[in-house]
Amino acid sequence: MFAHEFVRNALLAGSAVSIAAGLVGWFVVLRGQVFAADALSHVAFVGAIAAAVIAIDERIGLFALTLALAAVMAGLGRRAQADDVTIGVVFSWVLGVGALLISLLSSSSSGGGGLIVANSLFGSVFALTSAQTLAAVALGAVVSLAAVALARPLLLASLDAELAALQGAPARVLAVLLLLLLGAVTAEGTQVVGALLVLGLIAAPAGAAQRLTARPYRGMVLSAAIALASVWGGVALAYAIPSLPAGSAIAGLAVGAFAAASLTAPAGRWLAARSRRRQLLKTASTIGS
Amino acid sequence: MGESTLSWNPADDVRQLLHYPFMVHAFAAGTIVAIVAGLIGWYVTLRRQTFAAHTIAVMSFPGAAGAALASLPIAFGYYLACALAGVAIGAGRRVRSRESATIGAVQVAGLALGFLFLGLYGGVLEDLETLLFGSFLGIDTAQVLTLLAVAGAVLVTLALVGRPLLLASLDLQVARAWGLPVRALDMGFMLLLALAVAAISQLTGALLVFALLVAPAAAAQTLTGRPGLGLLVSVTIALAVVWGALALAYFSIYPLGFFVSSLAFTAYLLAKLGRAIAMNTRARRAMSLDGGRMSPAQAG
Repeated sequence: MFAHEFVRNALLAGSAVSIAAGLVGWFVVLRGQVFAADALSHVAFVGAIAAAVIAIDERIGLFALTLALAAVMAGLGRRAQADDVTIGVVFSWVLGVGALLISLLSSSSSGGGGLIVANSLFGSVFALTSAQTLAAVALGAVVSLAAVALARPLLLASLDAELAALQGAPARVLAVLLLLLLGAVTAEGTQVVGALLVLGLIAAPAGAAQRLTARPYRGMVLSAAIALASVWGGVALAYAIPSLPAGSAIAGLAVGAFAAASLTAPAGRWLAARSRRRQLLKTASTIGS
Repeated sequence: MGESTLSWNPADDVRQLLHYPFMVHAFAAGTIVAIVAGLIGWYVTLRRQTFAAHTIAVMSFPGAAGAALASLPIAFGYYLACALAGVAIGAGRRVRSRESATIGAVQVAGLALGFLFLGLYGGVLEDLETLLFGSFLGIDTAQVLTLLAVAGAVLVTLALVGRPLLLASLDLQVARAWGLPVRALDMGFMLLLALAVAAISQLTGALLVFALLVAPAAAAQTLTGRPGLGLLVSVTIALAVVWGALALAYFSIYPLGFFVSSLAFTAYLLAKLGRAIAMNTRARRAMSLDGGRMSPAQAG
């Protein structure tokens, strides 16, 4: 399997994007901003189509529109965190513009329109070129490093904005930076797993990690690890089963991890509580005797 | 529709619009869709459940793909997928309502299944544009009647539980203290939303139903805080948006989806602008009354 260059490219690019998505996603889930991630991923697809309409590199449109919407969302609403209703209204309009662009594209007789639409919606992890892989690795590394560097102030600002302000951490600037990182991850992830499934790498591993541990740094590492494992497992599965789309396999594994964590976390809590109760009873009985 | 042109005589234009049966059907269906979306959407924005609404809306993709794979009627797939997603979101909703990871996971699971179904089906997604943006133009009488039945069910349900649902949406603690079945209302609303979305998205597509659910209702919420008036304004804006968009799409070559979402967005922006102006004048009046101690930011 590793003998094929397209598999190596898929794994390399997928690893970089998944680690970045896992780290950024952890903060996104912590702050309840998954809907913002969802909106960005759909807008990424409109950006790709827009680029095709004015005949520039698809990736420029993808990044430009995603980052622009991230900035708009940061500009709206309090604490640079737009309200869900505002996000919904803005993003449904961008989708409507997408409808217009698709019709322009299909009437401009270039013929490749449908392919671009399908590619940006569904991604094609096995179709990445070496240059695209290199770009994905570089971007993933930059976003991951930025997320790690910002982790401490961002954590503080997410949990207690007032305390963070006292300590000199600018909550607003941090929120804008997080949205921009999210926009970059979404745009890059769109090329790997597709606009519709990139949310799987951002929300599901992070949601699973937060159900398994409340400790921040352990949670971030766990989130990135689950995302990474989903990509490797998904690529392997899709390679073994040709009828299984790679995006589906990756997203399916990530959601499976989330479902497993959601179901086992209450059981784990119950077990821990029971052993603590037993311990207390034992202590009480030794004191009593 | 290249030969249809807009004249300066409105009566003439309306006669032209309603000349073909397919346009009459489109207007009838659009009217029902606008009423249902305006009503349900008002509750969706009040309860801050736009993410859930969007997630249920995109379930039409796995629904359609799954129905194609199992060779069931497409409509059945829509209803089943939307209802399943509604139940999953309702069951996964915790006390911490900001917890949005569950909804995201439900959406991704649905979409991943959709791609899987499509891969197994082996077909090409030829009608991607229709699935996403719908087609108002191929509607027959049976579809209008089905839509009417769903709308009737939604209206009756809202008439029965609208009040308790309003209370449960506004103040959970008070609703609990009054002995309202809060969890049942929560789940019931999810199912109602799923039913409405499944019915509407067959005509409007997965993406437009969302625009109609959120934007007119958000504009209404901006304009008035009173529930009865708000519902009325929401439905009115939705009706204006759908009728206007159908007319514009008929007289132009551009897709309906663009007009629906753009008109809805315009209505929202106008509502925001109107509110900002009203707030500003009120704040200025208040400032002149109390000697400039109150800042405009506090008034907002």
